[in-house]
Amino acid sequence: MNFADLSQHLAQWQKSPGQFSDVVISSRVRLARNLAGMSFLSRCSDRQVREISERLRTVLTGGALGEGAFYVDIAEADPLESQLLVERHLISRQHAEGNGPRGVAFTPDETVAVMVNEEDHLRMQVLAGDLQLEKCYERICQLDEKLEEHLTFAFSSRFGYLTACPTNVGTALRVSVMLHLPALKMTGQIEKVLRSARDMHLAVRGLYGEGTEAIGDLFQVSNQTTLGKSEEQIVSDFREQIVPGIIDYERSARAALLENRRAALEDRVCRAQAVMKSARLISSEEVLYLISQLRLGLSLNIISDITVETLNKLSLLTQPAHLQMHLGRSMSPSERGEARAELIREKLGEK
Amino acid sequence: MKFECEKCQHEATVHLTEIINGQKIERHLCEQCAADEGITIKAQLPISKVIEELMLQSSAEKEFSDLRCNVCGISFLEFRRGGLLGCPNDYEAFEHVLVGLLERSHEGNSCHVGKVPINAAEGQRVQNELLRLRGQLAEAVGREDYEEAAALRDRVRYLSDGLHEEPK
Ligand SMILES: [Zn+2]
Ligand SMILES: [Zn+2]
Repeated sequence: MNFADLSQHLAQWQKSPGQFSDVVISSRVRLARNLAGMSFLSRCSDRQVREISERLRTVLTGGALGEGAFYVDIAEADPLESQLLVERHLISRQHAEGNGPRGVAFTPDETVAVMVNEEDHLRMQVLAGDLQLEKCYERICQLDEKLEEHLTFAFSSRFGYLTACPTNVGTALRVSVMLHLPALKMTGQIEKVLRSARDMHLAVRGLYGEGTEAIGDLFQVSNQTTLGKSEEQIVSDFREQIVPGIIDYERSARAALLENRRAALEDRVCRAQAVMKSARLISSEEVLYLISQLRLGLSLNIISDITVETLNKLSLLTQPAHLQMHLGRSMSPSERGEARAELIREKLGEK
Repeated sequence: MKFECEKCQHEATVHLTEIINGQKIERHLCEQCAADEGITIKAQLPISKVIEELMLQSSAEKEFSDLRCNVCGISFLEFRRGGLLGCPNDYEAFEHVLVGLLERSHEGNSCHVGKVPINAAEGQRVQNELLRLRGQLAEAVGREDYEEAAALRDRVRYLSDGLHEEPK
């Protein structure tokens, strides 16, 4: 697999806007599994960890993920390559920064990715654009069954699939959606959403995982309860109740903003567009902030000369590892700021 | 790099960057202060807190702290410190305490009602067999019985290769 090539393209799943794409950026479903009869990773000897990673690598590249699957040995990868995989949501930051034999296998379209030896022996995920949780679950279920032809997973009839951390045990299923909620944030109603999410036993996080709220009005909502509900129930609660409620709330907040504060909203969006087109130095955080305004402007028809796909592309390709990989050298933050601004102007057709 | 929470001096785990008119403002908050500001809310207490609370509630703290898994060797106290279990058998070894913990983390539930592996019964048998063999293997190595250890290692390898039958 060619990292430089990867750094120039959007994954397939980021290219297909759908019915809910004005609010839902992506859907993700994850299953955790451990091999039966083996200790969890923290109690494995170095040799056992190596054995596990070799065995799983063989299964994952031997057809379980279909033709042409890639495998990256994270222990051998250079930090920039690992960082690139984090930016593409193919591995967690914890996996990139971990130690010992570990890796990731993924399909060429990047919809399916399986981390080997992260917190559990296996962490598989399926990603999709828009709200497509049923489709993701169906796909991951197939993969789980395919892997079962070759592997036996730690399971107990009382507690279900056994995981290193008891908060994941049972279905070991984590369902999440990435939502763009600028109007709720702007009108201060986001706190209500966060509070009701807590009442519904959900976790809400910023863009890049654990305890960090990235800017850009992006919120990841995921289930916390993995035990005592079936997989189908977890998915359908999410799909039928939780997410539609938040989507409606954000949409009506947008409509209200448009009605009551149209000039202020237009000003914000158009200024963001002007900065994007003319900046000569720009940080990745500022890009995410500006893209959030443009995304909002696009969904409300304030602007129309840009596509969601272009915005997705800009938010991915301007991140530090992508930028450096694309230009083929490591750069200081200020050099990056300049290169980033140039890349944006190029993609927007400005000189 | 570690940051202190700007409001209460606990360790900050929530890091925010806001950009207002091109001015970058960085903020560092602990989980609690961030939640108070409505920034990030965890539905769940961190696992270490849940364990801590259970220990405090329980009059049988002494009993818990003596628990140890005889397969991987992890003690309940080590689990309490790290938040991660050592092996599948720990769910049985610590069952008594874990049930309370699971109920706290999973809306009162402690029983699985979801999917079951296609080969569940077989898997359970292999799992138990492997755990038993690994225990024997460690013992054999301990008493320097390398012949026995080699034989055990072969059986472990055979079973863990997914071939679920004993070599004849
Ligand atoms: Zn604080
Ligand atoms: Zn154990």
